[in-house]
Amino acid sequence: MRIVHRKLGLAALAAGLALSSSVAFAADATKGKANFMKYGCWQCHGTQGQGSPVSGPKLAPGPLPFEAMSAFIRNSRRQMPPYREEVLPKADLEDIHAYLSSIPPAVDANTIDLLKN
Amino acid sequence: MARKDSARKDSSPDVSRRKFLKGVAVAGATASAAAANAAPLGTGADVKRLPAAIAPTAHQIAAETAVPKDMPHLAGKPNSDFMVDVIKSLKIEHIYSNPASSFRGLHESLINYGKNSMPDFITCMHEESSVAMAHGYYKASGKPQMMLCHGTVGLMHGTMAVYNAWADRVPVIMVGGNDLDAAKRPPGVPTFHSAQDIGALVRDFTKWDDTPVSAQHFAQSFVRAYRYAMTPPHGPVLLSLDAGLQDNGVDDAGLYIPRYVASAPPHADVNALREAAKVLVAAENPVIVVDKMARTSEGAKNLVVLAELLQVPVVDQGGRMNMPNTHFLNQTAGAQALIRTADVIMGLECSDFWATVNQWIDNGEEHGHGLRESRIKPGTKLITISSVELNTKSNFQDFQRFQVTDIGMAGDAEASLPALIEAVKAAIPNDKKAAFEKRGEALKAAYQKSRSNARQVAALGWDASPISTARLNAEVYNAVKDEDWSLVTSTGNTSGWSERLFKFDRHYRWLGRSGASGLGYGLPASVGAAHANKALGRFSVSIQGDGDMMYAPGALWTAAHHDIPLLTVMHNNRGYHQEVMHVQRLSNRRNRVASLGKTAGPIGTSIDSPNVDYAGLARSLGWWAKGPINDPKELGAALKEAVQVVKRGQPALIDSVTQPR
Repeated sequence: MRIVHRKLGLAALAAGLALSSSVAFAADATKGKANFMKYGCWQCHGTQGQGSPVSGPKLAPGPLPFEAMSAFIRNSRRQMPPYREEVLPKADLEDIHAYLSSIPPAVDANTIDLLKN
Repeated sequence: MARKDSARKDSSPDVSRRKFLKGVAVAGATASAAAANAAPLGTGADVKRLPAAIAPTAHQIAAETAVPKDMPHLAGKPNSDFMVDVIKSLKIEHIYSNPASSFRGLHESLINYGKNSMPDFITCMHEESSVAMAHGYYKASGKPQMMLCHGTVGLMHGTMAVYNAWADRVPVIMVGGNDLDAAKRPPGVPTFHSAQDIGALVRDFTKWDDTPVSAQHFAQSFVRAYRYAMTPPHGPVLLSLDAGLQDNGVDDAGLYIPRYVASAPPHADVNALREAAKVLVAAENPVIVVDKMARTSEGAKNLVVLAELLQVPVVDQGGRMNMPNTHFLNQTAGAQALIRTADVIMGLECSDFWATVNQWIDNGEEHGHGLRESRIKPGTKLITISSVELNTKSNFQDFQRFQVTDIGMAGDAEASLPALIEAVKAAIPNDKKAAFEKRGEALKAAYQKSRSNARQVAALGWDASPISTARLNAEVYNAVKDEDWSLVTSTGNTSGWSERLFKFDRHYRWLGRSGASGLGYGLPASVGAAHANKALGRFSVSIQGDGDMMYAPGALWTAAHHDIPLLTVMHNNRGYHQEVMHVQRLSNRRNRVASLGKTAGPIGTSIDSPNVDYAGLARSLGWWAKGPINDPKELGAALKEAVQVVKRGQPALIDSVTQPR
């Protein structure tokens, strides 16, 4: 099923996924959320990819284009440990990107009473 | 040791626990032997032939029914009463302790002779908690407290917390009971609980220890220990207290209690301070970095004076509340860029100045050791004032990596600030003032920008469940901001949101961290700090990591038993999260998928399956509690309720299930 869906990007778009324009085919945001947990991305970036000033930057909303994100993840040589293909298959990474792309924009801090001062 | 034969003849030891315990041991052994002879393990039929009870021997009958002889009483005052007089002379308010037979003489004197007042006995459930409570109490009040324990097994329990106090430069006056005389001490457990040299357990991370052999020796050593502990750099001290010495009667009419006079703190060299002032004044982009500098509110006030004189940005590493985050010269949020562009950096009581000016990348390069990179540009001048090198030891590595400096001053930074301020005033030429003002204006703008940015970042994941650490801090601050609050601890790492969202405008708003990052600090240190704050009329709040909590949950009972009001808000990310990330990092580096087992994090790192019911745990130990709370929208109302409970004088806990960081 996953292979079919990847080739039929329109199906994913119909499901309301806001995909990065650079992703040539669709992926599954629901599976992506599970993968985001399974592969430990949440550990440093939070379960919604919101990031932390001490452990890892914000990933969502508005993730990097897939190619850029993938290149960084595969080749990181800094604090972020690299995830090679053997550890995180491309299909699963595409799903993760779909999950991050599905996260809605952040609430404006100016509309949150506790953050006004 | 020091147990005199004359005292044995006419005093208590012959009727003491020694014979009592021996009798118990003999009786127990007799009964066991009789039972063994009468009924070797066998069938039910064998058991039926047993009598309902073992018949007592003639000796036992006589012992149980005869009229006892008058028991001799200890004439006069026991040494332990005098020891209480010594302790009282230093106005120590509390003794945090698990009861133990090796100091029963002192214990009895404290509660009966000393009337359990100044100090009173605070019952603890782990010696690690006892030390941490004294640690927290000091940081809230500036007053050192006592910790009393079995000198062997109790001190073994307490050692990690002693290391935290050592690394955090906090005084704790520890006394460990020890029965030194091998020929006279009771056999069995009390002998298991005796040692030649209990100080060896903690000598690597205490300032001083001693084993008094007379009452007068105790008085001198106690006052000396107090004075050493209270001279910067502060630190824990230990007295080994012989059980026999406690029990013996006072036999020296000339006993006296030495008067305590505080030592002046060590001051940085005045010429070096003048040189540092010139360098700071001449700099284009100076930065001051502070960690454990402000021992008192005076330190924080003087830091503001110095920063304003120079219009210099201050990076507060948070070992104490050094620089109010409401002041525009607190530029902690921009630390990385400031360090990178600085031409002069002055570190004041920094725990790790190497890591201030260098960074380590944990990426496995350099043969697995990770990369070391300088954060500073070539030619940046480095200045330090630190008292730590006045009191270093070799074994434990709390002194961190060695960093070369251009001007290094061994001295207490807080005590040295007034002279540095005067030296800076003298060094500022009139034509520099405009440049300083211009720098200040730029820093004001940067401060406003960073505050605004922090609010926008805090909004990310605002409604997430588990609750974001930014939301957690914003809700907690909102709940306590109208009280005279003190954030006594924050464990488990909430990504620095307390520093961004709470207004740290007074010294006691933030008490700093554990010192050596040894888990099991947060809860008991919070209880100790809240104990001090109760007397000071302050509202105590803590953010409590779940892993840290489970090391010492017995401290919950101590808070309830002693009516210590404290609001504890769980940062319950259901894991030893630092280790979650470490194992993940290593798995990636080795091209392996981290095995999760039945947990959310790599096997061995999560605290789930089952989830711990922290509210239930707290309730079972006498706290008001609510949770687990998963929905951030429910957090505000729960906190509001909890604040009212704390204001009525009780401890309250909110279990909030949170994001990892």
